[in-house]
This record gives sequence, C-alpha cells and structure tokens, in this order.
Amino acid sequence: MFRKSDWTDLRIEIVIGNLLRAGVTLAATVVLVGGLRFLARYGFAPANYRNFSGEPSNLRAWSGIVQAAFGLHGRGIIQLGLLLLMATPVARVAFSAFAFAMEKDWLYVGITALVFLILLYSMAGSFA
Amino acid sequence: MNLLEFTVLIAAGSFLAGFLGALTGLGGGVVLVPLLTLIFKVDIRYAVGASLVSVIATSSGAAAAYVKEGFSNIRIGMFLEIATTLGALLGAYLAASVSTGAIGLVFGLVLLYSAFLSLHPPTDVATETRPDPLATRLGMNGSYPSLRGPRSYFVHRVPAGFGLMLGAGTLSGLLGIGSGAVKVLAMDRVMGIPFKVSTTTSNFMIGVTAAASAGVYLSRGYIDPGISMPVMLGVLAGSLAGARVLTKTKTALLRKLFAAVIALLGIEMLYHAVTGRI
Repeated sequence: MFRKSDWTDLRIEIVIGNLLRAGVTLAATVVLVGGLRFLARYGFAPANYRNFSGEPSNLRAWSGIVQAAFGLHGRGIIQLGLLLLMATPVARVAFSAFAFAMEKDWLYVGITALVFLILLYSMAGSFA
Repeated sequence: MNLLEFTVLIAAGSFLAGFLGALTGLGGGVVLVPLLTLIFKVDIRYAVGASLVSVIATSSGAAAAYVKEGFSNIRIGMFLEIATTLGALLGAYLAASVSTGAIGLVFGLVLLYSAFLSLHPPTDVATETRPDPLATRLGMNGSYPSLRGPRSYFVHRVPAGFGLMLGAGTLSGLLGIGSGAVKVLAMDRVMGIPFKVSTTTSNFMIGVTAAASAGVYLSRGYIDPGISMPVMLGVLAGSLAGARVLTKTKTALLRKLFAAVIALLGIEMLYHAVTGRI
C-alpha cells in the first residue's frame, strides 16, 4: 500500500502537522461546547479557586470523564476535550513510530517506542 | 466575582498572553501562571495544570505551520524527547511533593532568567564542519533550506544536550511551561544546531513534553475544567492571532516591553514566595 519512497521525512512531517492541527481543532471545539454548557448552568455561581481541594475522583480518569461527558455535564465535556488534547501528541508519537518503520529505520522505531511507553506510563494513573 | 465574569477575564488575559507570546517569540506560558496566581489568586497547582494544557494546544497548533518550511528535524526531536518526557515525569512528581512556596521561588528565578535571555537572543554559533560519531550514528545530521539552496549541518555534544533536556523537561513538569528557552539553549549553544532548526524542533517537542506531565496532573486532580477551559481557548486564539500579524510588525520594542513585564512578574513571584503568600 505504501511504497518506501513515498515516506520522505518532509512528507511525514506534513502528515504529522495536519494530524496535530486536527486534534487541536477537535479538542478546542469539545472544550468550547462543554464550557458554554457549564457557564449556562453555573455562570452566576461564585468563583472560588483560591482554596485548593483537587478535582473529584470522577474527573481524574478516562472512565469517569467519559461517563460525565455523556451525561452532558459541562465540566465532564470540558475534561473530555482536554483528554483529546493530551491524546494528540501521543497519537503523533505513535504515527512517527509507524513512519520510521516504513522507512525501515529500526533504531528510530525503538527510540520512538520508548517515548511512547514513557507517555503511556504518565497516563497510567488516569486509566484507573 | 461570579463564574461568568471570572471566565471572561481569564480568557481575555490568556488571549493577551498568547498573542504577545507568539508575537515576541517568547511563548505565552511563562506569564500565564503568574497571571493566574498573582492577579486572579488561583492556587498555583491549578494554574500550572491549566498552563500545561495550553502549552500542548499552542505547540500542536503551530506545528502544522512550521513543518511546511522544512526546518524541523524529527530525529533530533524524537531522540531528545526521551530526555524531556522523563524530566517531565520527574517534574510532575516533584510538584506534588514540594511546597507551593518552593514552586513559586523556582518560577520567579525562571522568569528573571527568561527576561534576561530574551534581551540577549541566541545567535548562530559557528557551525563545526567535522561530523560527530555519536550524532552520525543517531542520524541527526541534516540540512535546511536557505536562500542559496540546502545547507547541511552537523550535530555535536549529544550527551550534554540530552542532560540539559532532562532539566528542561523537569522545569516544564514542575512549572507548566514549555521551557522553550532552555530547549533552544541546549540545541543551539550546546549541540551546535542552527537557530532556525533548533527553534522549530523545540516547538515540536514541547507538546509531547507537556503531555507527559499533564497525564500525571490529571490523575492527581490538578486539572480543573473551569480554569483550563478559558486558559486553553484564550491562549490558543491569542497565539494564532499573534502568528498572523507577526509578519507585518517590527517586534524589537515589543520584545523589550514583554521582557520587562516578565521580569516584573518574576520579582513579584519571588516576593510572594519568600513572604509565604503563594
């Protein structure tokens, strides 16, 4: 399907650039929708972020966030948008690994896989 | 203040930070946390979480524009991302274990250093002409387009650059900034990478670095949707607007003014940290 010569570094970078832009656009749209819903409901409640209490446990992990978002809770939808945003660079790294494999550059497939594992590890807490 | 007013004010402030950050090339992230903590009195952990999110957005949004120019080097970027993501994890864990005053103190120092650096912009060091064996094995040498056709460059001192990147990642995870200044310093001055290549490659790396610490912040409950929403949307819109007018304006004076604002915020941050008010 892909010939090796099609996957020059520049071509890879352009695909990556478009991937990133699409991810950010999608994430920003979801955050905006969630934000409007949140403000429509709680816009006149007092703002207090001086005291730190941390987020409730359902807004700290994928499962809870997806549940809150599909329940159409504004804060849940915003959080889902932020998750999509965080997933964008991870998708970029995954695609880079694929592209290096297409170039048969196994050293960089390994390097990229290592970066991918570090990213997965950092997100591990939010899969709970 | 109700949530609607709070959101509008934060979105406006974030827009301005993103706009000036893109226009001056200094990045908006560095003024965002002081803005949120000093002016809006937001807890510094929420502020850092929101800033990280905006850093991912601007870095990823700008990448599409950069790659078309053909300056960034994805091999250098990917290799150094091992260091920045490990550093980012370390920074995120540090953020949970040190006091907010200590975070404020480090932040103040970084602001002062950024202000100093922005008035002494890096210039292209004389590029060495001999290839370095390690950089060659890692396939890092490359070329970039110039007026007189493609110009090739050799990368040097990979271990020292890797070490500095570990530090840049740690700062990024602790303070929620892109640490573009440290990244450019490592690539430009230490590894001898041409300025254009180092700045675009650095931008490319910032999103991945920030994502590594954002994952930890999220599972700790430091990422608040109510604050992150106006910050992310404001900074993103501001930086896109800034990039659009960038070509039409002379930025030397603006850069000096913005550097002065950064320095003032740095002094304010240090004062608040030392007097225990963060």
